[in-house]
Amino acid sequence: MIRLPPPGEPLPHSVSDAPFDPVADHAQDEGGKLAHASQIRVMWWKFRRHRVAVWSAVFLALMYLTAAFAEFLAPYDLHTRDTANIYAPPQQVRLFHDGRFIGPYVYARTMQLDMENLQRVYAEDRTRPEKLRFLCRGDEYLLWGQVAGDRHLVCPSQGGSAYFLGTDRLGRDILSRIIHGARISLTIGILGVAMSFVLGIVIGGLAGYYGGWIDAIVQRMIEVLQSIPSIPLWMALAAIMPVTWSPLLVYAGITIILGMLDWTGLARAVRSKLLALREEDYVQAAQILGARPRRIIARHLVPGFMSHLVASATLTIPGMILGETALSFLGLGLRPPVTSWGILLTEARSVNTLALYPWLLFPVIPVVLVILAFNFMGDGLRDAADPLR
Amino acid sequence: MIRYLAWRVAVMVPTLVLISMLVFTIIELPPGDYFESYVQELRAMGETADLQEIEDLKTRYGFDQPVPIRYLHWVGGMLRGDFGYSFEYRMPVSEVVGSRMWLTVLVSMVTIIVTWVIAFPIGIYSATHQYSWGDYGLTFLGLLGLAIPNFMLALILMYFANVWWGVSIGHLMDREFMGQPLSWDKARSILSHLWIPVLIIGTAGTAGMARRLRANLLDELDKQYVTTARAKGLHPGRVLLKYPLRMSLNFFIADIGSILPAIVSGAEITAIVLSLETTGPLLIRALQSQDMYLAGSFLMFLAFLTVIGVLISDIALAALDPRIRLSGRARK
Repeated sequence: MIRLPPPGEPLPHSVSDAPFDPVADHAQDEGGKLAHASQIRVMWWKFRRHRVAVWSAVFLALMYLTAAFAEFLAPYDLHTRDTANIYAPPQQVRLFHDGRFIGPYVYARTMQLDMENLQRVYAEDRTRPEKLRFLCRGDEYLLWGQVAGDRHLVCPSQGGSAYFLGTDRLGRDILSRIIHGARISLTIGILGVAMSFVLGIVIGGLAGYYGGWIDAIVQRMIEVLQSIPSIPLWMALAAIMPVTWSPLLVYAGITIILGMLDWTGLARAVRSKLLALREEDYVQAAQILGARPRRIIARHLVPGFMSHLVASATLTIPGMILGETALSFLGLGLRPPVTSWGILLTEARSVNTLALYPWLLFPVIPVVLVILAFNFMGDGLRDAADPLR
Repeated sequence: MIRYLAWRVAVMVPTLVLISMLVFTIIELPPGDYFESYVQELRAMGETADLQEIEDLKTRYGFDQPVPIRYLHWVGGMLRGDFGYSFEYRMPVSEVVGSRMWLTVLVSMVTIIVTWVIAFPIGIYSATHQYSWGDYGLTFLGLLGLAIPNFMLALILMYFANVWWGVSIGHLMDREFMGQPLSWDKARSILSHLWIPVLIIGTAGTAGMARRLRANLLDELDKQYVTTARAKGLHPGRVLLKYPLRMSLNFFIADIGSILPAIVSGAEITAIVLSLETTGPLLIRALQSQDMYLAGSFLMFLAFLTVIGVLISDIALAALDPRIRLSGRARK
C-alpha cells in the first residue's frame, strides 16, 4: 500500500535523483541465481527468511528427537511407581550450596502425613543436597522394543529422588511421563495427516479430474461430513471401537478416525486447484503434444499444487493433536497404560485436584508449544510454497 | 435468484437424507444398546432388572424390528416433530433438550457478540498498522489464543481463580437457583457467572476472526481503488469503512453457516470442564450412554442447522456481493 500523507498536506517529492539503470530491477537476482535454481531451492530460500518458522522447525525437530529417545532422556520409566512420593511437588534444581558451586543438585525431602487435613506434606532438608548423576544407570528399558539398556541422561543420586515436575497420584514422575507421552501425541498428528492426505488427494483428484457424477457424489459426501459437528462424530466413531482391543489397535483406530474426518478440506482444495489448473495453457499444450492424462496429472498438475497441500497439511496437524488430546481427555481416546498428553491431562480434571496439586497441569505446556510451533512453521511453509510471489 | 434458491433447496434434500443415514448408522454401530448397558449397570449394583419391563420397552420402541424399519420410524417421527424418547431421562427428547436450550443460546449469543466486538477493532488495527509493534503483539496474542485449547484454558483459569480469589468457577448459576423458575435473583446469578465461560469459549474464536479479518483487509488495502480514494482526498477513516472493510467482510458472512449450530450447542468439552448447564455435555453424555434417540435426534438437529446456515450465508453472499454469480454449478 502506498503511504499517503494526511488529507490536505502536500505530497512528498517523489523524483529519484539516482541515474536510471534499466537492469537495476534484476539486481537482487545475482547472476541469474534465482532463474536457475530449482523450485525446492527457491522455496528453501524463502522459508529461511521467515525466522520464527525456522526456529519452530528446529524446536519441532528437537521434540521429535526427544520422542524417539524417550527412554534414554526420561529420568524414570513410564510406569515406575514411588509409593514414598505420591503427589510430590516439583523439586527445584540448584547449583550453589552454602555459596559454593557444587554442580546441579536437589535437596533431599521428607514426607509427613498431616492427619488433620489428611494430606502429605513434603519438607526440603536444606542440609542434605543430593547431587544429580549424569549418564547413569537407572530403570531398565528396551529402546524401540529392541535395544536393552539402563543408561539415562539424568538420574537422582543413589537412594534419592529427582522429580523435576512432581509426581502424580501413583507416585510416577510427571516429566518422564510427558517425555514418553510425546511419542504418542506427536506421531498421531503426523499419521492422521498422512492418512487424510492420501484420502484427500485421491478423492479430490478423482472428483476434480473426471468431474460429472463422480464430482457430484464426492461433493455431497464432503457436505454431509462437514455438516456434522466434529467432536460428537469423533466420539461416536471412537465408541465403536471394542473395549477388548489392544492399546496399539486403539491407537491405529484413533489415527484412522482423525484422518477419515479431516480429508474433506484437503479434497476440496485439490479439486478446486485441479479444476483451475486444468484450464491453463500449458496443460492444453501438453494435451496437443499428445501427453496421456496420467502424465499430465503427475507431471504438470500435481507439482502445481503440491507445495500448497503440504503447507496446508502442516496447518492441520495441530488440530489432530488437539483432537486426540480432547478425545483422551473425555476418556474416549487412548486408554492407559498407553500414555499421551491428553491422558496425562485427565488426571487434572477436577478443580479440587488442581488446587492441591497444580503441577499436574504441566502437560499443557508442551501441548501449547508444539501447537504454536506447528502454526508458525505452517505459516512459513505457506509463504514459501509460492516462492516467486 | 428464484431459480438459484429453488436449486439450492432441492440439493438440500438429498444431503439431509444422507446425513440422517450417516447419523443413524453412527448411533447404531456401537455394539449393544441402551437397555443392555442399563441391565448391566443394575446387575453391577446388585439389583435384578425387571426383564419383562425391558422387553416391553424394547417392543414399544421397535428394538425388535429390523434396522431399516427403525430408521424409517425415526425419520418419520422427526418429520412430524417427534424427536423420540430419551431412555436415560425418561422424557421426550424435545423436553430434555428444551430445558437446557435457552441457557445454551444465551451463552453462545453473548460469546459471539463479545467475539465480534473484540475481534473487529483488533483486526482493523493490525491491518492498518501492519508490521508495527502493536500488530506483532496482537498477532502473537492471537496465535497464543488459538494454540491454547479452550478446555485447557478452562482448567488453567479454574486453578488461578481458586488460588487468587478462592472461588471455584464453573456452573452457570449458584447452586440454590438450580431447577428454580426464573427470578430476578436467578438472572443476576447467571449474569455474574456468565463472563467466565464467555471469556474461555470466546478466546479462540476472537483470535481466529481477528487474524482472518487482518488477512482479508490487507488484501483489499493493497488495491488501487484505495489509493484512488486517498488520492482524491477522502479521509482515511472514511476510505477504510466505506470500501475495503465492506469488501473484506465476505468471510464473515460465509461464517454464518457454522455459527448457527454453534449457538445451539458447541464448546462441549469446555462446558464439561466448567460443568455448565448447556446442551453440550448432554449430547456427549447421551453419546456415551448410547441414549440413541437423544444423541441421534440432537446430532441431526445440529446438522440440519448447519445446512440451513450454509444456505443462508450463500444467499446472503449472493445478495450482498454482486461479484458472486448465481450460476449454481461450478464452471468446468
